[in-house]
Amino acid sequence: MSKMSMVQALNNALDIMMAENEKVYCLGEDIGWMGGDFGVTRGLFDKYGPERIRDTPLSESAIIGAAVGSAMVGMRPVAEIMFADFMGVCYDQLVNNAAKVHYMFDGQYKAPIVVRTACGGGFGGGPHHSQMIEGWFMNVPGLVIVAPSTPEDAKGLLIASIEDDNPILFLEHKALYSKKGEVPEGKYVTPLRKARVARQGSDVTIVADSWLVHKSLAAAEVLAGEGISTEVIDLRTLRPWDHETVLDSVRKTGRAVVVSESPGTGGLSADVSAVIAEQAFGDLKVAVKRVTALDTPIPFSVILEKIILPSEEDIIRAIQQIYKQS
Amino acid sequence: MRTGPEANEMKERYASDILAEFFRRMTLVREFELRAIEERRGGLIPGFIHSCVGQEATAVGACMALSQEDVITSTHRGHGHLIGKGGDPKYMMAELAARSPGYCNGRGGSLHIADFELGILGANGIVGGGFPMATGAALGFQMRKEKRVALAFFGDGATNEGSFHEAANQAGVWKLPVIFFLENNLYGEGTAMHRCTPIEDLAIRAQGYGFPGVIVDGMDILAVYEAVREARERAIAGQGPTMIEAKTYRYRGHYEGDPQVYRTQEEIQSWQRKDAIVRFRAKLVDSGLFDDGDLEEIQGSVIEQLDEAVAFAASAEKPAVEDALAGVYADTHNGLVF
Repeated sequence: MSKMSMVQALNNALDIMMAENEKVYCLGEDIGWMGGDFGVTRGLFDKYGPERIRDTPLSESAIIGAAVGSAMVGMRPVAEIMFADFMGVCYDQLVNNAAKVHYMFDGQYKAPIVVRTACGGGFGGGPHHSQMIEGWFMNVPGLVIVAPSTPEDAKGLLIASIEDDNPILFLEHKALYSKKGEVPEGKYVTPLRKARVARQGSDVTIVADSWLVHKSLAAAEVLAGEGISTEVIDLRTLRPWDHETVLDSVRKTGRAVVVSESPGTGGLSADVSAVIAEQAFGDLKVAVKRVTALDTPIPFSVILEKIILPSEEDIIRAIQQIYKQS
Repeated sequence: MRTGPEANEMKERYASDILAEFFRRMTLVREFELRAIEERRGGLIPGFIHSCVGQEATAVGACMALSQEDVITSTHRGHGHLIGKGGDPKYMMAELAARSPGYCNGRGGSLHIADFELGILGANGIVGGGFPMATGAALGFQMRKEKRVALAFFGDGATNEGSFHEAANQAGVWKLPVIFFLENNLYGEGTAMHRCTPIEDLAIRAQGYGFPGVIVDGMDILAVYEAVREARERAIAGQGPTMIEAKTYRYRGHYEGDPQVYRTQEEIQSWQRKDAIVRFRAKLVDSGLFDDGDLEEIQGSVIEQLDEAVAFAASAEKPAVEDALAGVYADTHNGLVF
């Protein structure tokens, strides 16, 4: 074990996989000479060279498309899209090609690509540098969406993603990049599609992902002082998400709060809530409650952004409220 | 505009079996399309058909200049590309008929046929969708130092897609072994090129990406074949991409049933007078290498092959209902199966 930031953990995962398999390569804007906007590829350029840590033109569609094409002929690309907000300009390649080739060509081709991207708000980045974007992709069969919340998971999930044969959208929250944690040495895999119980509890279940796992854990700590025992589930894979772990927890606690940094309309929180309502209705003591971003773009002003994004207080309030109702 | 050699020169430069194969494959493309249209009317084939009748020389000439290890990306008008690359009409017809033994188990249909063995990375229903996939495949070959190229087929309309610019620039700066092969048939669906593109020769766009743009007579299979052969040599020698603009024409509508209000019969007939198969056939006879009987025999064998393909498709199993759910996700190396 050693203490690492999430950036270091991700860097370590890339290093391990590139050393192990020469078909693994990285491509993206400013990832080589410059070392990446957030430093995830720092040092790898010197170690592996410009072929495998490949600076690209500012052409997101060509980045993802080239990743797909190279994967179809046997490479294992890890593409970086600098900010998740830029996924809009390469949407077609990810949705219509990467996610579909295996199915529509009846298994003749696979698209084992990983698309890493920096997501999330809370720092005054404004409307084009702050969004959580899993909602844009939730409705795309064939895609896997992964979002780590700790350095340990970041490393294990990235290794699992590079080894996986499916196209993977890997969401790295900017607020978590510098957050440190214990990370095991060497190669290990954190399984995809498996949620993690981040805190055990018996009265209420919080389902969260990415940065909001930490806010949920902080809220749980406060609620413990009020005698409410909160279980926190970190989804880790957002699509296809782990129904079993979530439903088991909700059946135990009888109360569910779904927390998401995306707007509630049509997104992950809507899907989680719907599945809980459909499959664990009889076990619920009270209706599912959602704590999500408001249905607006992310404004530049931090004062305004604070109103839009869910806070620790919002989570506490929601739980107190449903606790009172049941 | 480059044209191919005349009959005498052709006789000197090409073996007669490859000339016969040019003729056979072009005939197969034409007859496949006409047969597919007929079978669609008859109810065997559902959905859309975008036929490439008139564009046989571009599809076959380009593909026959490639090796089997080379890959192509194809388009919505892709049947010719598949046959050109060696696709089996039996499995193509079955795919068009949405039958289980078809190339994609009835999941792809006319617009999405792929064949891993033949290096067909798939036809694409999105105009311009294939450009970056082709550059990506070329990148893989370049990184692994394999002597292989990727060829992207596209139409005039696709050159106005952003993906063309992104992929061409990327290919230019990385000197990727890729061939941008434009079948300029003068229409993007129902809009004439001059109404949406301010230049006449699209090949000049290649200059902006630092690689050559070549214009060839797309109704002359030898001109097409030579241009692609040259581009391929350039690519595998590490000299980077080439764009080839083949001037061609589709005789039928954008799709079967297209009322074609956007063009005149006179225009269609003027191109039909330059028909690639008719001209090539005459050249073969002029050369003295073949007589009418030889060529009729080839045509007969093509018709026979298509009769078999249709019979195969008509009697083939339909996909099993449970297949609808299978294969959304690929199996994984680490033991997880979605």
